[in-house]
Amino acid sequence: MSAVAVDCAGVWKFYGDFPALRDISFQVPEGRCLALIGRNGAGKTTLLRILAGFSRAGRGQTKILGSSPREADARSRIGFLGHGIAIYDELSALENLRLFGKLYGLPYPDHAARHWLERTGLERVRDGLVREFSRGMRQRLAVARALLHDPSVLLLDEPFTALDDRAIAVLQSVLRDALAQGRTVVMSTHQLREALELATDVGLINRGRLAFHGERTPEMITDPGWVYARYGEA
Amino acid sequence: MRFLQQVTVITTKDLRAEMRTKEAINASFAFAIVILLILSFAFDPTEETTREISGGLLWIVFTFAGTLVLNRSFARELPNDCLDGLLAAPVPGSALFLGKALANYVLILAVELVALPVFGIFYNVRWTRQFWPLMLVVGLGTWGLTAIGTVFSALTVNIRLREVMLPMLVYPLMIPMLLGAMRLTALLVAGQPIAGDDTVWLRLLFGFDIIFTALALVLMETVLRG
Repeated sequence: MSAVAVDCAGVWKFYGDFPALRDISFQVPEGRCLALIGRNGAGKTTLLRILAGFSRAGRGQTKILGSSPREADARSRIGFLGHGIAIYDELSALENLRLFGKLYGLPYPDHAARHWLERTGLERVRDGLVREFSRGMRQRLAVARALLHDPSVLLLDEPFTALDDRAIAVLQSVLRDALAQGRTVVMSTHQLREALELATDVGLINRGRLAFHGERTPEMITDPGWVYARYGEA
Repeated sequence: MRFLQQVTVITTKDLRAEMRTKEAINASFAFAIVILLILSFAFDPTEETTREISGGLLWIVFTFAGTLVLNRSFARELPNDCLDGLLAAPVPGSALFLGKALANYVLILAVELVALPVFGIFYNVRWTRQFWPLMLVVGLGTWGLTAIGTVFSALTVNIRLREVMLPMLVYPLMIPMLLGAMRLTALLVAGQPIAGDDTVWLRLLFGFDIIFTALALVLMETVLRG
């Protein structure tokens, strides 16, 4: 049995009196990929932000590799890709990655930056300012930024949204490699087909509750709406 | 060592981004010059009157123009959710504060160093007679403004009316520093040295800077990560 990489125990989150998350509990062992699915506003982003340590749970607790995600040690082992790409428009692609490499304390930030630019197909535009990049290029750079420091756990919020085919292929390839290297991935998504190809487990969040959590089955690949039909709200 | 590297990285990033967009620095320069110009019409620039009001006048300009730079400090992190990127990194809040404060300090000092000669020309004042003591006072006062302003820039970054809220929160806290800086600046512009009872104001500036920098270093983690 693999060690638990992501542990979410009885998590509630309130916005005023409204419970955005209701008693969410699950564990993701190391090397697994959990796809969190659910309608807009179900609570996927809120959950990912709590897992990443950006937001506190109202009740319950979360642990990443045994530590609170708010501790610096845990943060250095998390790669987070949110709705925003967290990349500076005024800096070049290389400058952005070098900046984050230094902030994460990498011994060779320049080398790591160049490696990930090549891996995401952005080597050619490494000195171009990000504000001149297309949406797909920006998203690929954001993926490079999230993976730059070699994190053990990847938390990705709708990583496939608005990507062109090439960017989707790059992202899938990068995530496949990450999983093959034993990293853990938790991603929220509406792109069921792309996500389910990678996922080993699926969690369905419905109005803040975890309505389903289990292994991805072959039915889910052939009919991505299967989980919604069976466990989601009508 | 790691802490200092993180501080340097953040300072360099902010200065580089500002030099490419020139959003804050251009607005701040323009604002400082316009205020100095307008006030030169309001007051009769006979030398004696100008000496008396120089401290207050200069610090009004420095404070207002500085607020424009401080407003942009954390607002710069809003596009693309860049603040999330910084907060996700294993960087302590104190390093973020110091990195951003140093960048703000450089930018505000640059505006002040342009505003001072312009003041001398518009108001026909020889302000360089106590040049180094004046630089010390300007440096200390500006650090006080920067330390408080950087913390409140982080606090107000997600508020819709942050441009209004930042000065409303910062200016009352700055009153002791402003009293000292205005008094000493008026003295030094008039060509008199800091001596006797006036050294109290200099000590106040040092104390103010030390206290608010220490508070900022301690509180920034809570301000940023809750």
